Amino acid sequence: MNERITAQISSHRFLALPFALWAVLFIVLPLFFVLGTGLTNEAGDVTLANLLTVLQSEYLRALGLSVELALASTFICLLLAYPLCLILREKRESRGLLVFLLFLLPLWMNSLLTTMAWQTILEKHGLINMFLSYLGLPAVHLINTPAAIIIGMVYNFLPYMVLPLYVSLSRIDESIVEAARDLGANFWQTLRHVLLPLSLPGIVSGCTMVFIPALTTFVISALLGGNKVLLVGNIIEQEFTAAYDWQLGSALSMVLMVFIILNILLEAFADSGEQRKKGRP
Amino acid sequence: MEKLKQSYLGAIVLFLYAPILVLIAQSFNASRYRGQWTGFTWEWYGRLMENEEIIAAFTNTLTIGVTSAVFATMLALVTALGMRQMGSRGRMLFRSLANVPLLNADIVTGISLMLLFLGLGLRLGYDTILLAHIVISLPYAMLCILPQVLTMDDVCYEAARDLGATPFTAFRKVILPELLPGILAAFLLSFAMSADDFIVTYFTKGAGIETLTTEIYSELKLGVHPEMYALSALFFCGVLVFSALLMVNYKVIRRYREAGRRGAAA
Repeated sequence: MNERITAQISSHRFLALPFALWAVLFIVLPLFFVLGTGLTNEAGDVTLANLLTVLQSEYLRALGLSVELALASTFICLLLAYPLCLILREKRESRGLLVFLLFLLPLWMNSLLTTMAWQTILEKHGLINMFLSYLGLPAVHLINTPAAIIIGMVYNFLPYMVLPLYVSLSRIDESIVEAARDLGANFWQTLRHVLLPLSLPGIVSGCTMVFIPALTTFVISALLGGNKVLLVGNIIEQEFTAAYDWQLGSALSMVLMVFIILNILLEAFADSGEQRKKGRP
Repeated sequence: MEKLKQSYLGAIVLFLYAPILVLIAQSFNASRYRGQWTGFTWEWYGRLMENEEIIAAFTNTLTIGVTSAVFATMLALVTALGMRQMGSRGRMLFRSLANVPLLNADIVTGISLMLLFLGLGLRLGYDTILLAHIVISLPYAMLCILPQVLTMDDVCYEAARDLGATPFTAFRKVILPELLPGILAAFLLSFAMSADDFIVTYFTKGAGIETLTTEIYSELKLGVHPEMYALSALFFCGVLVFSALLMVNYKVIRRYREAGRRGAAA
């Protein structure tokens, strides 16, 4: 018996070998290619010049604007998704699933096409302004502004917020909520002292899932910002496809990687805090 | 309060479906240009099959999607079986490695793979897109398969072996059927990730080959062919029908289960 299990173990472990090779070749090595390109000049000498170029004001401004818009859209996603998930939580199981499906279906539509459809809605003679002029109200200027980009980001990334929030909120035991109500807590007190703390992992996970794609997008800003608003993603895309300054593009990507690592650490930190709480008797 | 909730749900649904309705309306618009309505037409649906660019891009999306999903699912399955016999540290390491493309930004994954392919002397084209798509869908395939494999019970497999089945037969008759739901989910999710990806494809595709998403992007500047709206409207209807079927099925299954439970209790 023992012999057979050892034989099985060795054969099983061997099965993970292809992935180890795969991970080294296609997951780890590519990142080193980015580092290598970002830290060398065209002649191949090691240099920090590319990283210093990133510190120039035009790149810093793009980076600052990207962070600002990503934070704003993350916050709006949270504000929209939280009440939504609270409402979905109260629905009966089967109806809740139906409504939930309704919110996930738009994910199946190609995001380039839906973002383009937002042009039709937001532009100067678009649907919103047609509606406003029909009501006799003054037109609003939305297209090619940061506001339009935020709308596009919220539209594209809202499901990433809804998904983890819905999971963590629907896992909360209803009896805990009822206990809070029985002890005289009103809606806001229940929300603040029971629901919010218990759904914190979902909030953190949703925010990190929205923040990174919002920070690094170049499609939404290209379509709804009309080249007037440059984000970090647009600059990287241009360096690689139009300007052919791959060194600078890689250096900017390294800056993004710092944000991504911080994001991962934040989520890991929230997770470990949660684990510790659960472990306490 | 109930009214307020309903109208909130309604507002969000309107927000989510407004652009989709716009796209569907455009697929029936006689004008080639978006933003001006000149009349109703079925023309674009009829001409969908004649547009060679769209057909070529659609074929690429489909074949790359299926091939990369098959590879990602197989690699995830084999790796998960291997991870069963690992210690918790090894599992942690493998899991974090597998999650890198999922946590990384698409633009960074895209350019890093492009730099790798060019650094290895590969020509960007169909094959590099295929490889890149396996890279990005593998974490999703692992997410579907790994929990099932790790919680699987060895008893049935060992019973089959004791009764004289070869390891291969035991795997085919015992393990595979048990893992089938996870494998199917992994395949579907991998396919969806591949078919919907734009950013990674954009950086790894090279000149002269387009998938549906990159074809749309290249058309955006000059105006998208209305046939594309027709295709996406058809696709969305397909998704609607599919999820309706799923809902009905889910209800039927649940009713069966409840009846079964009641039967067992009686």
